[in-house]
Amino acid sequence: MSTRVVALGLLGLLWLASPQAAGRSYDLAPLEVATDVYVFMGADEHFSFANGGNIVNTGFIVGDDGVIVIDSGPSKQYGEAMRRAISRVTDKPLAQVFISHFHPDHFLGNQGFAGTPISALPDTVRGIRTQGELFNDAMYRLVGPWMKGTEVVVPEEMPFRSRMRVAGRNLRLLELSGHSGSDLAVFDEKSGVLFAADSVFFERTPTTPHADITQWLRDLDVLTGIPFRVLVPGHGPVVKDQRAIEQTAAYLRWLHDSLKSRAQQGDSMAEVLAPDASGQAFFDLAVFAEEYRRSVAHLYPAIEQDALREGRVEQSEP
Amino acid sequence: MACRFLTAALRAGISFRLHRAPVCLLVIVGLIAADASAAGDQAVADPLDSPMWNEMQQRLLGGHPVVFDERVRVIAPVSAEDSLNVPVKIDASAIDHVQRIVVFADLNPITRILEFEPMQARPVISLNFKVQQATPLRAAVLDGNQVWRVGGVLLDASGGGCTQPSVGSAESDWADQLGEVSARLWRRDEGQRLRLRIMHPMDTGLAASIPEFYIERVEISNPAGEPLALIHLYEPVAENPTLSIDLPGQIAALGVRLFARDNNGNRVSARVLP
Repeated sequence: MSTRVVALGLLGLLWLASPQAAGRSYDLAPLEVATDVYVFMGADEHFSFANGGNIVNTGFIVGDDGVIVIDSGPSKQYGEAMRRAISRVTDKPLAQVFISHFHPDHFLGNQGFAGTPISALPDTVRGIRTQGELFNDAMYRLVGPWMKGTEVVVPEEMPFRSRMRVAGRNLRLLELSGHSGSDLAVFDEKSGVLFAADSVFFERTPTTPHADITQWLRDLDVLTGIPFRVLVPGHGPVVKDQRAIEQTAAYLRWLHDSLKSRAQQGDSMAEVLAPDASGQAFFDLAVFAEEYRRSVAHLYPAIEQDALREGRVEQSEP
Repeated sequence: MACRFLTAALRAGISFRLHRAPVCLLVIVGLIAADASAAGDQAVADPLDSPMWNEMQQRLLGGHPVVFDERVRVIAPVSAEDSLNVPVKIDASAIDHVQRIVVFADLNPITRILEFEPMQARPVISLNFKVQQATPLRAAVLDGNQVWRVGGVLLDASGGGCTQPSVGSAESDWADQLGEVSARLWRRDEGQRLRLRIMHPMDTGLAASIPEFYIERVEISNPAGEPLALIHLYEPVAENPTLSIDLPGQIAALGVRLFARDNNGNRVSARVLP
């Protein structure tokens, strides 16, 4: 009797400990954005215990004889859920996973794709190798139990080629660097779908922890010239026109110019935490308040130093 | 007496064994509770509900009455994006005859961040500092009636800012730039805004085998040498301290002189032209 109670109790504990039982499953539903091209849309939110880090758009292309995956998501559980969802759409084998850049919501699902080549640009691989563990730790703090079992799987270095044929699809690869220092965008010529990753955000405030704004604006010019029919941004809804590129560029230009002008007026970093009214058009973008404040921390130190250097100082040996 | 012991225990606990801090803290909280009940009516309820408040009050604000006052504005982010460089502005311009402003973070291993004697400046200062973990961040303002008026906010942080080595000390040429000043004066509504930055590692002494090394004092005076403001810095001030103050009217119209000194006796002297 008592052993049965204990056994049942243990079973109960196991049941409680499983992610599904606790209501923790990603429920990834593929959205077909063009024939044979699918996107898993993330929430327009910040990382939280409620969303498990599912704030990112990942996707896949069903080619002639295999599947091409773009980004693996924020956790092992997400990568596995993605793989299951793909297998419900097609029974073709996985051919190739591309990782767009080294931010944690884009590559920590790699464990879900064991056995498939996972590739990224050389600087992305370097970034994951040096900072992947830090990101993984930070994600445990931000989304908690969803990260269970997640470990860093470093992708293989992909020597950059502007064109590649994978699973019968002609892909154009774009090597960009403004968002994170090494940013891959993938254009599928047959469907006309451009996976822009985090070089483009839409209706969601762009993030800047490793951004070079000037370079990022140049990257957006490059993307404008791609003859896409559908654009999948890294975060936010899919679009069929230039709106997402234009919005990202307008926000970045405002961010840079307003920080610069406030540095030139002598504002301190704490004062700049309150955004300039000139940015009102962006205040309604998802997570604006948080992302703007983070961007101040990322960008203002260098911008204010430039303004301070213009001051007139005579320094003498005391 | 209990307080003195607490201080010693706190220092020992935190500087030698950071990972034992929770245990240490429990002991301290217990002792503080005992101490507070002994102090009777003098205890002031803390709006930020910090376990360290009584300790902070006794250690940093001893000898004068203390009240919480929302007019002491502490402007900082809700959470620290870079724990090595958290911006904060203290604005006590609604308080009359400010003599001194003490900026501190209850749960930092080194709690005191900076003290500002505004003298002829407005009682407003911006700075950046290092944070170790989520903590109350406060400013205590000593007014003309010798009353401490305290304002504060909660700051969330994933932390580690105080026990990390400075970025500069990892580079081989940091010494070449030691003490280098960049500064600028702006004419603004509040008078002349002075912003200054002094290259310095500001090492806390809490990172393994890097001794404490920080600027202790920055004096601002007019070109004739008359003092305008005095700032005492402590270890938590961020690397390459960047400070902003406001000098009313015409007192900085001809520029200012700046003298600084670190705990190793290095001196910095510069003139900032308008």
